[in-house]
Amino acid sequence: MQRLEGVRQMNSTKTESFGILTRELAQEIDKTINHYRSNSTKLVGILLDIQDIIPKQYIPREVAAYVSEKMNIPLSKIYDVISFYAALSDVPRADYVIQLCDSVVCKVTGNTTLRDTISQLLGIKEQESTPDGKYWLEYTPCFGACDISPAMRINGKVFGHLTTQDSVKAVLDQYR
Amino acid sequence: MKNIKIKIDNIEVIVPEGTTILEAAKKVNINIPHLCYHPDQAIKANCRLCVVDVSGSRKLTAACSSFVYEGMEVHTNTKKVRDMQKGILELILANHDQDCLKCLRNGNCELQALCQRFNISKTNLVDTVDALPLDDTNPSLIRDSAKCVKCNRCVDACQKVQEVHVLTHSHRSVHYNITPAYEMPLEQTFCVFCGQCAAVCPVGAIVEKDDTAKVWDAIYDPKKHVIVQVAPAVRVALGDAFNLPKGTIVTGKMVAALRRLGFDKIFDTNFTADLTIMEEGNELIQRLTKGGTLPMITSCSPGWINFIEGRYDHLLAHLSSCKSPQQMFGALSKSYYPEMAGMDPKNVYTVSIMPCTAKKYEAQRPEMMTNGVAEVDAVLTTRELARMIQSAGIDFVALEEDQFDNPFGIGTGAGAIFGATGGVMEAALRTAYEVITGKGLPSLNFTEVRGLSGIKESIVLIDDMELKVAVAHGLGNAKILLKQIEKGESPYAFIEIMACPGGCIGGGGQPIKSTRDVKEKRIEAIYKIDEDLPLRKSHKNPDILKLYDNYLGEPLGHKSHQLLHTHYHSRGMKYNFSELPNHK
Repeated sequence: MQRLEGVRQMNSTKTESFGILTRELAQEIDKTINHYRSNSTKLVGILLDIQDIIPKQYIPREVAAYVSEKMNIPLSKIYDVISFYAALSDVPRADYVIQLCDSVVCKVTGNTTLRDTISQLLGIKEQESTPDGKYWLEYTPCFGACDISPAMRINGKVFGHLTTQDSVKAVLDQYR
Repeated sequence: MKNIKIKIDNIEVIVPEGTTILEAAKKVNINIPHLCYHPDQAIKANCRLCVVDVSGSRKLTAACSSFVYEGMEVHTNTKKVRDMQKGILELILANHDQDCLKCLRNGNCELQALCQRFNISKTNLVDTVDALPLDDTNPSLIRDSAKCVKCNRCVDACQKVQEVHVLTHSHRSVHYNITPAYEMPLEQTFCVFCGQCAAVCPVGAIVEKDDTAKVWDAIYDPKKHVIVQVAPAVRVALGDAFNLPKGTIVTGKMVAALRRLGFDKIFDTNFTADLTIMEEGNELIQRLTKGGTLPMITSCSPGWINFIEGRYDHLLAHLSSCKSPQQMFGALSKSYYPEMAGMDPKNVYTVSIMPCTAKKYEAQRPEMMTNGVAEVDAVLTTRELARMIQSAGIDFVALEEDQFDNPFGIGTGAGAIFGATGGVMEAALRTAYEVITGKGLPSLNFTEVRGLSGIKESIVLIDDMELKVAVAHGLGNAKILLKQIEKGESPYAFIEIMACPGGCIGGGGQPIKSTRDVKEKRIEAIYKIDEDLPLRKSHKNPDILKLYDNYLGEPLGHKSHQLLHTHYHSRGMKYNFSELPNHK
């Protein structure tokens, strides 16, 4: 039997309380929630918007608890949503989140080269971040860039035709 | 409602419209295998074990979530059905820690029983159990995700019944799991340790923390004087573990079994339930006559205390300051009792048998100390007591009946009904009425506060004072009354709240399979005990009166305050969002 201690970095207990949630961030979160009129059916959109303004692109526990209180949704429900969607993270990622498409099309056009090049250049595997907290690598469901596959996405921006090591390196160089 | 005629395995059955195939099959004694189905819960249909063949349907149908229709023909035992069920079981088993001998639910596990039924001893699939770390850091419950079958019964209990919303399902696919938010250990969440999750778990994924070894050690220690108290709700449930009819009253046999186990003295928590009424009743009278925070709310249920201390800590002034009967007993067992017997309180080892997992948590609260020692040293649930009796090889059913010991052996009917929802209210009213008016009650039974409806209310006329009271059981119902208080709209003077549905007889430490029908039988039994007792009012308990005369003085007196009352405080679980730091 295998216990997933440390293997799957899902537990955020090490996240320091109030290390992230400042008065300013709380005000930004309030704005987002108000923008969606505190509509609980828009929770995914709200969480995505909030994640975008948090350093390391994730939803820490205290932020989830804050949203829970503001929107009157149990924390466990919010966590259910965060853990369900690949686009939302409950653990700190990095300044630059590199997402590799794992759809069939990208596989056929050779995204293993893409992955291996990134792993080699940055020294990280999937679901890992570089020690300086700058890059995070993860697989993601298809984001519709099949025409330019193999593709990757960095902080929401899509790059395609990444068939050679040089092309990958050129993209990464933009995110120093 | 329309009746519908269907055929299950060629047996004709007529059931009302809206019945599921699973329930219809039960009527003709066909037991379709199932794991996620629970009679008291909503349909979940996620384990898929209950699939059956419905004539005319291409696919197999889940029996728990499909309703019958006229002319339906169901086959539950075809090769296709059995192969599918066996396949599902093997898949579940491949993702389940199969160390059955080490499991508390060994012999009482629904998955084990199903494997026996399908003659599966070991799956030929490769075992892959990906599990979260074992959560065993709280005093009450152990969660082991390696044994979880993801049936979601605990989630239903936590979210829909108790509305505590600690447990949820999370992640997807192979990472799908049942966990609190952010995989926090239970004691760092709003968990109240009521154990309702453990009571509905089909396997050993959530169990009570087993303290039997601790108690055996104490019994075998010649220096320790080991005494035990038994809660009112245990005596109507313990028989379940020995295959007696549900709701059998086993008080005498239970005392005999405890004596055989080697306890030095066997006492009754009903006695300190009476004492609670003396203190709480007088506290209510004081709040009513001299002004105090109203409504006053009972404080006997530790699951409820954990709930209000966690989420509604701004309403703590409404709580009665009384300790629970378990802790009142504990306090006396480390003061009055050793003083009378000329013993050192340190040598008295106090065990309580409770229907409750939260009592384990309560006993470990740092303020529950008297004369420098913990008031209650070990708490066993009804399930653990049953295991001890079985382990000692005692033939429970054949035992001769025995009686509780003095000086804490007499409990009145008022103490006995503490075990059922509405019981504390009824017991308190019997005493409050007679103490305030000085007159005898016309009828002892306050039937309006009895029964299993979620919130019960009643109006009692005491002299010219109209007392409005309410009773809630299950924390979801408690929330409704708390919201009223928050808004300042609560019309009540006195509220009883029990954390578990049905009160203590439905506690999280009671024998497994305490369904609603079983709870009804236990409640009946509790009121039967009350009816049959010569003394039914706490303030008429001769030993209680003696205790006040010889030791405590008077209710709410100095000594009472020292021993029998406490302060409830916030658990400090909430983030304080009003004091956020500014951005650096």
